Amino acid sequence: MVRVVLPHNLTTLAVTTKEVQLEVAGEVTQRTVLDALEARYPALRGTIRDSRTGVRRPLLRFFACEEDLSDEPPDAQLPEAVAEGREPLLIVGAMAGG
Amino acid sequence: MSSVRVLVGTRKGAFILNSDGKREQWEVSGPHFAGWEVYHLKASPADPDRLYASQSSGWFGQVLQRSDDGGATWDAVGNQFEYEGAVGEHKWYDGSPHPYKFARVWHLEPSLSDPDTVFAGVEDAALFKTTDGARSWQEVPGLRNHPTSGGWQPGAGGLCLHTIVLNPKDPEQMTIAISAAGVFKTDDGGKTWRPANKGLRSAQLPDEDAEVGHCVHHLARHPSRPDVLYMQKHWDVMRSDDAADSWREVSGNLPTDFGFVIDVHAHEPETVYVVPITSDSHHFVPDGKLRVYRSRTGGDEWEALTKGLPQQDCYVNVLRDAMAIDSLDSCGVYFGTSGGQVYASADAGDTWKPIVRDLPAVLSVEVQTFQ
Repeated sequence: MVRVVLPHNLTTLAVTTKEVQLEVAGEVTQRTVLDALEARYPALRGTIRDSRTGVRRPLLRFFACEEDLSDEPPDAQLPEAVAEGREPLLIVGAMAGG
Repeated sequence: MSSVRVLVGTRKGAFILNSDGKREQWEVSGPHFAGWEVYHLKASPADPDRLYASQSSGWFGQVLQRSDDGGATWDAVGNQFEYEGAVGEHKWYDGSPHPYKFARVWHLEPSLSDPDTVFAGVEDAALFKTTDGARSWQEVPGLRNHPTSGGWQPGAGGLCLHTIVLNPKDPEQMTIAISAAGVFKTDDGGKTWRPANKGLRSAQLPDEDAEVGHCVHHLARHPSRPDVLYMQKHWDVMRSDDAADSWREVSGNLPTDFGFVIDVHAHEPETVYVVPITSDSHHFVPDGKLRVYRSRTGGDEWEALTKGLPQQDCYVNVLRDAMAIDSLDSCGVYFGTSGGQVYASADAGDTWKPIVRDLPAVLSVEVQTFQ
């Protein structure tokens, strides 16, 4: 199981918990994890990445294992610890305010 | 027993305010979609339990919500707004070409007869339509196909299509407004459009009476007389007696004719309301006094309505979609402010009371009347 931690506003939109667990078939990449996430929670389509192009929304970041993976190719494998469920993939909203 | 339901969109969620026909005691529910901007929510005239809401966020983009039970529960529905065909370019602030890019839905206008049909006015300016209850949206391409669209330029709030006025006597006619392109009108259900800005003069344009480029803030129409339209422009309050084919100024004795909202009494088509705002550089009411102005003569002659409204140290704004009118016998008027107050008058504006004082900044106010 892959663990994904969502920002608060997406947990309320999807009506789910902060951390969700997903079954991901095949390689565990940003794309396959987000595909599984959106299949489970259709309300999240378009809120993390563009529905048509798949491009990450500019004020969201993807973190895991203390690394910023946001600019990694969407089909690159995520760290083994994420694929094995030992570490979560964090979807994080950029800091705003002052 | 009569009642009203007021739908309030704010910078941080939506609120629903319910009262019986006396409009003295209010029940407040919300925030719905807490933390999200709700630019607009509106009910279907054909099914009062069907509500639509535009929920958006700089982080997470656009979400469209639909309720089938009067706002008790909501479902996220279709949020894909793809421009039809070649995306095209408009003019950017510096005059350079800039590709159209969807940002958010500013305004939702449900069909007068079909609860599953809704028009959406979006930024960057385009008109979208759903016929399946907001599960999917298609652009009405005729509008952006107009030859002037490459020259449309955003106002400070963006290049937004913010006003959609339907004609209850002619379903093929629709009038829309874009900041800062102006008014456009179709008589064939959206296939073709033409600018409808004759009579407007804007000192901010090199050609003051140009065909397009006017910063129209809002339009209002009384359902019994669809040929009469009222407009709050950036500066100037205007009136048309020929369904937007021409306009004349009716600012009259207003203390300032800058403003955003304009609306019409439910039973008196010549009774009009505006909230004058100091100027384009001072987006707050003049002299620290919150005053609604009412004309009972279709414009030109205006009276200040102040009873129950703050008359000192008040510096709020009232945005374009933040006024609504109910249709009870004693007509109710509602408006929301940038300070989070929603005021109601149950006597056509003679006296006012706040329903709520401390919401987030109000973006839109709509009201449903149940007789």
